[in-house]
Amino acid sequence: MAFTEEQLVRYSRHIILSEVGGKGQKKIRQAGVLVIGAGGLGSPIALYLAAAGIGKIGLIDADNVDLTNLQRQIIHHTTDVGRPKVLSAAEKIKDLNPDVEVITYQKHLDAENALKIFADFGYVIDGTDNFPAKFLINDAAFFAKKPLIHGGILRFDGQLFTILPGESACYRCIFPELPPQGVVPSCQEAGVLGALAGLIGTLQATEVIKLILGIGNPLTNRILAYHALETLFREIKIKKNPHCPLCGSSPSITKLEMAIQEVCDFNSLESA
Amino acid sequence: MFVKINGKKEEIRAGTLGALLKSKDIEPQMVSVELNNQIIARPDLADTPLKEGDAIELLFFMGGGANTHVC
Repeated sequence: MAFTEEQLVRYSRHIILSEVGGKGQKKIRQAGVLVIGAGGLGSPIALYLAAAGIGKIGLIDADNVDLTNLQRQIIHHTTDVGRPKVLSAAEKIKDLNPDVEVITYQKHLDAENALKIFADFGYVIDGTDNFPAKFLINDAAFFAKKPLIHGGILRFDGQLFTILPGESACYRCIFPELPPQGVVPSCQEAGVLGALAGLIGTLQATEVIKLILGIGNPLTNRILAYHALETLFREIKIKKNPHCPLCGSSPSITKLEMAIQEVCDFNSLESA
Repeated sequence: MFVKINGKKEEIRAGTLGALLKSKDIEPQMVSVELNNQIIARPDLADTPLKEGDAIELLFFMGGGANTHVC
C-alpha cells in the first residue's frame, strides 16, 4: 500500500534521509515492536516508535499509573494517575500517530504467554525494572529468535545493548543467573534521575529502528554505558560466552519452562 | 600496581580479582567481572591473578523503567 499524501508529509524528514527513503519508511510501517513495561524506559520508546510510524506496537504492563511514576514516565500525565498504564500509553500513541496499531496486554509476562505474545512481533524491547523479568525476556527472545534491545537504569547510570539471539552475546552471557534477592537495589530503593530514562529509552528506540532498516552497526557484543554525573559514555566489549547456560555450547536451559522455573523459584523466595 | 577499572587508571594492592572486589566491598553476586575483555566465571574470581596494566570491567546489574512482575 502506498503512503497517503499526509503520510508522505508526516514522515518527510525520514524519507529525505538516503538511508531511509520511502523504502525504509515502508519497512518501519511493516514492523511490529513489543515494548515490555510502559514505564520510564517504555515511555520514550513507545512515543518515538509511534512518531516514527512503526506499524504495530505492543505494550505489556499490568500496573496502574502512580504519582511517583510521573517524575520519569513521560507518556503518562497527571490526569492518568490510577489508570492502567497500557491504556494511558495507548491513548497517547494513538493521539500522536493514528497510523499505529497498538496492542495492549494489561498483564504480567509469564511462562504461559511469553512465547505466544513474542510470536506476534518482530522485535522486543526490554523496559522492565526487575531482574526476573529481564531474565525471562532474554530467555523468551532466545527461544522465539527475536532481536532484543536490553536496557537498564539506576541512580545516575544507564546501560543498553542489542541481542541477536544465537548470533551475539545475550544477557546470560554476562549475567548467567539472577542476583540473590536484596543484593541489587531497585530504582524504588536507590532512586533514579528521571531524564536518564528518556536518554536510555531513546537510545533503545534508535537501535531497534536501525535493526528494522538494516542500517549502521547494531549495538551487539558491546554494552553502551552512560554515566550522567560525569557526562560520560563508555563502550564495554562483550562476547558470546561459550559457558552461557542459555546460548553456550552445552546449555543447561533448553526450554523456556526451565528458565521460568528458576525465575519463579526466585520470586517465591522474594515474596517469602 | 596500576590497572584500569571501568576505564579509569587506579593503583591497587589486591593481587587477585577476588581480593580486588573485597577491597571495594563488592559482593561477587552483584557484579559480572571482565578481565581484558574476557568474562571471568564467578567461582574463578578468587584465583584469578592481576598484573600491571590489566583492564577490569565491573558490570553491575541494572533495573529500569517499569516494575513488571512475572509469575
